[in-house]
Amino acid sequence: MNTPQLAGADARLEIEVRHKSFESSKGGSIEVLRDLSFAAEPNEFVCLVGPSGCGKTTTLRLLLGLDRSFEGRIALPGEREPRIGMVFQEPILLPWRTVEENVRLVLPKSLQGKNLDRLFDALGLSGMRAFYPGELSLGLARRAALARALVIEPDLLVLDEPFVSLDEATAQQLRYLLLEIWSAHPTTVLMVTHNLLEAIMLADRIVVLSPRPAHVIGSFLVRVPRQARNAQICSDILRSFRERFPAQS
Amino acid sequence: MEKAARRRSFGPLLTVIASVVVLAVAWHLSATLWPSRAFPPPLDVLRVMARETAKGDLPYHLGITLGRVAASFLLAMVIGSAIGIFLGSYPRADRFLDPWVILSLNVPALVVIVLAYIWFGLNEVAAIGAVAFNKIPNVIVTMREGTRALDLRYTDMAKVYRFGPLSRLRHVLLPQLQPYLAAASRSGISLIWKIVLVVELLGRSNGVGFQINLYFQLFDVASILAYTLAFVCVMLLIEFLLVQPLEHTSTRWRRRAA
Repeated sequence: MNTPQLAGADARLEIEVRHKSFESSKGGSIEVLRDLSFAAEPNEFVCLVGPSGCGKTTTLRLLLGLDRSFEGRIALPGEREPRIGMVFQEPILLPWRTVEENVRLVLPKSLQGKNLDRLFDALGLSGMRAFYPGELSLGLARRAALARALVIEPDLLVLDEPFVSLDEATAQQLRYLLLEIWSAHPTTVLMVTHNLLEAIMLADRIVVLSPRPAHVIGSFLVRVPRQARNAQICSDILRSFRERFPAQS
Repeated sequence: MEKAARRRSFGPLLTVIASVVVLAVAWHLSATLWPSRAFPPPLDVLRVMARETAKGDLPYHLGITLGRVAASFLLAMVIGSAIGIFLGSYPRADRFLDPWVILSLNVPALVVIVLAYIWFGLNEVAAIGAVAFNKIPNVIVTMREGTRALDLRYTDMAKVYRFGPLSRLRHVLLPQLQPYLAAASRSGISLIWKIVLVVELLGRSNGVGFQINLYFQLFDVASILAYTLAFVCVMLLIEFLLVQPLEHTSTRWRRRAA
């Protein structure tokens, strides 16, 4: 049994998982992670890529404290009680609460009664505050999930394929929105994605995982400043990424 | 648009009223065609009802019975929900206790009542306890099903965002269990108010069940029907004025879903 440790303010996110396996219902066990270790500096934007089914979501579950049966150590950035903002693969908003209630529910006591006008404004949700999640499109629901993750002023923002199954225009719009908000309030970000161009557009560093049992194959620094990452430059970066990690499609 | 909606909601109401009127007329006609002390016409029943109300007997016994219904209902819902949620969350405990639940589901209400009176005496606690005990297994089964159907993604979300136990209950657990709670309360009320009458008949000296027993010995069918009708009317009022509006409020997020 493991509890993510705390490393104090301005500390790095550190993940060192020696071993993690799942028991199957038929009695066998599958090793998912072996000697997986990487870190993220304070306010660094790290993208985690790897073949599907390799254990990326499992890694996130470990560091969120949702699964404690593993061998290894996890240190979270932030104070005594680090705040983690999470955007899951699906929005997972409570359908019986309005958008505003969903966002307000996660506020810690110290932030209760916070004025949310600017946040909702920035995410283009001002007119949707009284709507129920069932009345929103997937894109809007994703925005609400993002609002919920950002409202707590997180020490660590964890995103699990937050823009998947959106049309490309909406996804791109949301990526810009995320960048804009993150630049205004920098925090450590760990994002899982399958979309290499998305990773190249957003990340400071891309951590590449192997197939199961997952470990880190290598990490790829994106040195070009974000403002300069236009379509041409992104595809150049993608080419050099593929030269280093030919197995990644 | 609102007018149209109102007209639409009046339609079914008119049908219900028409149906009740037809029933009353049929009752009146058959009671006049075959006059008998064992089958009084509706007006006689109404007259008895008015007389008993004026005397204060009917409101008194009705009040006592309603109190017992409310007490055993609350008891059954609270205990049954707690056990049901527990069994739904811990499969091992469920496997162990499941035979007990099945057994208690199949014990006839009458047996429970008689045993309760023998073991605990002819008192209010035994009466209310016996009624509640009859309902608890049903609540357990329904709430266990609801707990098994809980969406773990919401539980994870609440854990990540550090919901306190109270807000977890209020915002995550109860809204998911609401349809099951509603189903359990509905079937609960209708089962309980029938059993309460038997309990009163067997071992209490007041309440609608006691009165019905009394008039049974006098073969006074008009009075039996008067008490029955009054009681049924109150239960219907509770259904329309309390249960249905509550259900409407707690599911309003569903109604507008896109």
